[in-house]
Amino acid sequence: MTAIRLQTPLESRELLELRAGDRVLLSGVVYTARDAAHQRMVEALDNQQPLPFDPIGQIIYYVGPTPGREGQAIGAAGPTTAGRMDSFAPRLIEVGLAGMIGKGTRSPRVVESMVEYGAVYFLAIGGAGALLGQTVRRAEIIAYPELGPEAVRLLVVEEMPLIVGIDAQGNDLYRLGPEEYLRSRRRDKSDA
Amino acid sequence: MRLIHTETVTEAVARLCREVNRRLSDPVRRILARARDEENWPLARHVLETILENDQVARRSGRPLCQDTGTILVHIDLGQEVHLIGAPLAEVVDAGVRQAYEEGTLRASMVASPLWRENTGDNTPAFLTIDLIPGDRFSLSLMAKGGGSENMSSLAMLKPADGLAGVVRFVVETVERAGPNACPPVVVGVGVGGTLEVAARLAKKALFRSPGQPNGHPNLALLERELLEAVNDLGIGPQGLGGRTTVLWVAVESAPCHIASLPVAVNLNCHSIRIGRAEL
Repeated sequence: MTAIRLQTPLESRELLELRAGDRVLLSGVVYTARDAAHQRMVEALDNQQPLPFDPIGQIIYYVGPTPGREGQAIGAAGPTTAGRMDSFAPRLIEVGLAGMIGKGTRSPRVVESMVEYGAVYFLAIGGAGALLGQTVRRAEIIAYPELGPEAVRLLVVEEMPLIVGIDAQGNDLYRLGPEEYLRSRRRDKSDA
Repeated sequence: MRLIHTETVTEAVARLCREVNRRLSDPVRRILARARDEENWPLARHVLETILENDQVARRSGRPLCQDTGTILVHIDLGQEVHLIGAPLAEVVDAGVRQAYEEGTLRASMVASPLWRENTGDNTPAFLTIDLIPGDRFSLSLMAKGGGSENMSSLAMLKPADGLAGVVRFVVETVERAGPNACPPVVVGVGVGGTLEVAARLAKKALFRSPGQPNGHPNLALLERELLEAVNDLGIGPQGLGGRTTVLWVAVESAPCHIASLPVAVNLNCHSIRIGRAEL
């Protein structure tokens, strides 16, 4: 399996070509946000206030990283459970957010808005925080510093290893992966 | 009688907090490597390979394995012939946690109140359990327990008529419902019997057991093997993307219970189960 190289900001054409199960190496800027930051961003949209960054073509990474040691931009930076952001994600997708990075399943409502607006949900491997953190070249808090690990950060990443979890057609690897595996195992058993 | 100054506990706790967060233990590494070798589904193999590579990067760079550096659980088997001198155990344990987390490279993940949710800033308090044992040993085990897998854990008060089949069904359902959220391949700790809180504590005790070691009772060891087979038939696989390896091992602990009860607790842990031990 060779990996597809992507650079942010992402264009609609690139997003539509991705398929659930594709391996991706992502480079460029991504923004971090988790529960509390999402609440604030959606409040900002409700009050016609600007977001901390222009979401068009951009990706939000659901992560609360550990601080880096001397000489490290960041410490461990693995994904947190995306489902907790499900009630907020459609609002951000509507205003142009191109992708999300996290782990775990998404609600039908999120998948619907991904299909409608052509967004993609990428998976980072849960628990691979050291390896993912190593791909972060620069990290800078750009909003809500009082939220600590939950502040919004701009990360510059280089070849961050990801897997397409749910593509812009709505194909969901969490459903398809286990299904295909079980089918292949049944085939193996009937061959034997 | 043996005298132990409790300040030595602080040092041991701080050292274990630093260690368990930055490297897989050798037995866990071996079990993951074997799972990778036996996994023929390509994406599943890739995920297991990445988890092992993550350990290498953590060792090399000093980064934690995971950004969720856990709630600290400490269990002490305390010999009855030990005499402790100094500050109370709970305090010296917390002092060790504080020391390790205040260095700034482990994430403080504890809030003081579950409702008002202000971060304590130093990952305290730890949760301490003590068992009194014969003799003069002081054996300390420490676990950095992640929130994702704890959230997918579950407890049920079954009916005695539900029996063994009911217990198996509940364990399988819990792993299935957890799906990708507990960071599979997971470790499953099961506590059967006792009362509500005894079952939960047994499930945690099961997680504390040495990696892959079966229960000493042959019937329970057999149950562990049967449960492992049943959950690995689900096809959830590493990270929930499909594959053979949904669970690395199942550990069951049991206790007597009331004639009217059949409590069962299932405590899940992610693939990088982080436990360290110290003898004082």
